[in-house]
Amino acid sequence: MPVVLQGLLTIVIGVAGCVAYFYFSNLVLDKFIYPARGEKAGHNINRANQVRPWLFLFPAIFVLGLYLVYPVVGSVIRSFYGRDGQQFVGLSYYAELFQGGDFTTAFLNNLLWVLFVPAASTFIGLLAAQLTDKLSWGNFAKSLIFMPMAISFVGASLIWKFVYANDAGIGLINAIRAAFGFENPVDVLQIPFWNNFFLMIILVWIQTGFAMVILSAALRGIPEETIEAAILDGANPWQLFFKIKVPQIMSTIVVVWTTITILVLKVFDIVYTMTGGNFGTEILPSYMMDYFVTSKGYASAIAVVIMITVLPVMIWNIMQSRKEMR
Amino acid sequence: MDNIAGQKSSLTWATHISVVFLVVIWLVPTLGLFVSSFRERDQISASGWWEAPFAVELTARGRTASDATPDGDGFVVTGNIYDDPEAASYFPDGGSDITAFGTRGVNPTEFEAGTTADLGDGETLTVDADGSYRWTTPEDPGDRGQRIYFAAASPPEFTLANYRQVLSADNMDRAFINTLTVTVPATIIPILIAAFAAYALAWMDFPGRGVLIAAVVGLLVVPLQLALVPMLDLHNRIGIGQSFMGIWFAHTAFGMPLAVYLLRNYMAGLPRDIIESAKVDGATDFELFVRIILPLSLPALAAFSIFQFLWTWNDLLVAKVFLPSDDASKVMTVKIADDLLGSRGGDWGILATAAFVSIAVPLIVFFSMQRFLVRGLLAGSVK
Repeated sequence: MPVVLQGLLTIVIGVAGCVAYFYFSNLVLDKFIYPARGEKAGHNINRANQVRPWLFLFPAIFVLGLYLVYPVVGSVIRSFYGRDGQQFVGLSYYAELFQGGDFTTAFLNNLLWVLFVPAASTFIGLLAAQLTDKLSWGNFAKSLIFMPMAISFVGASLIWKFVYANDAGIGLINAIRAAFGFENPVDVLQIPFWNNFFLMIILVWIQTGFAMVILSAALRGIPEETIEAAILDGANPWQLFFKIKVPQIMSTIVVVWTTITILVLKVFDIVYTMTGGNFGTEILPSYMMDYFVTSKGYASAIAVVIMITVLPVMIWNIMQSRKEMR
Repeated sequence: MDNIAGQKSSLTWATHISVVFLVVIWLVPTLGLFVSSFRERDQISASGWWEAPFAVELTARGRTASDATPDGDGFVVTGNIYDDPEAASYFPDGGSDITAFGTRGVNPTEFEAGTTADLGDGETLTVDADGSYRWTTPEDPGDRGQRIYFAAASPPEFTLANYRQVLSADNMDRAFINTLTVTVPATIIPILIAAFAAYALAWMDFPGRGVLIAAVVGLLVVPLQLALVPMLDLHNRIGIGQSFMGIWFAHTAFGMPLAVYLLRNYMAGLPRDIIESAKVDGATDFELFVRIILPLSLPALAAFSIFQFLWTWNDLLVAKVFLPSDDASKVMTVKIADDLLGSRGGDWGILATAAFVSIAVPLIVFFSMQRFLVRGLLAGSVK
């Protein structure tokens, strides 16, 4: 039980601390440093209002800087140092990475993930959004497809372990194969190359609901007139969908696509739980964790490679948000 | 719009059918896990979960009695196989009709029920569907009965035994509490911090605001893999080490960009007149924030709390790195991934139950708070 108490205590201390910080820092600023009284009242109010944003922002900037900005520098530096963090090895980890072997496998697999998962999730999500749009029970169907979003990657992996199981009495895939008369059960997680796709299906299963929800809102936002006009001009349902609706929600499709891409680049749990990176299914995040304990420098070098692959998405995101702000 | 010309009823049917198909595909894996978690080990290995509502053909074994009565040249033993404790133990609810029997473990269903099997050396054995047998043998069997294998249907059976074992014996209860201990502070603290920051970014005018917003958008993308090595080092240096304290900080920070981003988007959309009239009335920024902005932002705050709750509850990576690896501080995801999948790889009932215990809370949160979750997603992604 001390764990529970410890947890409760942190909630209280943490929350009270946060509230106290914001409350008292504002109080001190208004009452003591720049009091809104006396001959310089107006001047003081202005000064206080220049400082206040930084009081509000300080905790957020502090944790962001510490946990997300500093590590970029920290990881780059560590990737230049040896096993114990003392000996300078320069770029030799990077040279080692690109010499081939497991890193190349992980990198190429990751590329497959980045190409397949966002495409499949967005496409099926769009399909589901369109199909459920006019149904009386559409919202119910949507919540069922959306449900895997709530399930952990570990939980989802276990769920699919039951589907993929080697035993035809447990695994659905092998049961279906057996029903079609195939004699020997297959372990789909050990089929070279294709096993990657069986792992990706798990993430597609999780992410499709996300794509569907957002795209379905976008579809609802399309002005009715454009659709009515197209119908009056004799467009068939396919033309209506692909030529009228899809182009109008293209920007949302791109947002969904990039969001899922970013997620894919971080996913580690599925490979870790399903295959442990064996049978040629390694991806960069799981490959990094293999070296996390044994060689921090090597692990950092892999993390830096992941960061570099994310960079284009990051720049695109920032540009997009600046465009929207104007 | 359903009545607009050009809609075809055949297409409506195709839509219904495709959606049913999609929903079934999406639901079946979870359903399998759910059903399996209530099944006994014997039943799981005897039939697939999709056959769980039906009787299972179980193969059982038992031994005949040995009190033989002389009959002509030899001896005969009669009785009912269900009287044998070993055979009966397979069928706690009473035996059902026997479909086949045999005397060798390699071929337990060699003969159909009701037929007389020739066992060689002048021995014969008949087993009827109701379990009664007649065994003839040329010599007195002494005190050793004949081994009988047989197949009989076992009624479907659901049990809570897996849950009892997972929750009591496997330290899963401890892991459950640990998960909660990680999740609750890691959900509440970032929201508070992010709400103030979001307000400043949305409604306060100061130099560098645009750059800060862009930075937050950029940080949304930073892979947290990058933070693992440097931050664990730092935690060790400042004495937090691998601890709950450390993981709270880590989750707070990793959730921060999305929190600030979502909340700022929402707060920036609040009506300007409310805020300006409050300022004219002499409200300070702090009062304005606490009295007006916070209550108005409840939907966005709820949406983000759900996100952060689901994310911290479901996390594996951060817990693996920032929590100690001893059994007392494992969270459920780590417990399942590292302990159960490794040592219990074949115990499907336990695996299913453990997974279901770990996804039960997020599912409850998800289905009760779905409206807010969707609203939050939309606030973040669509203008």
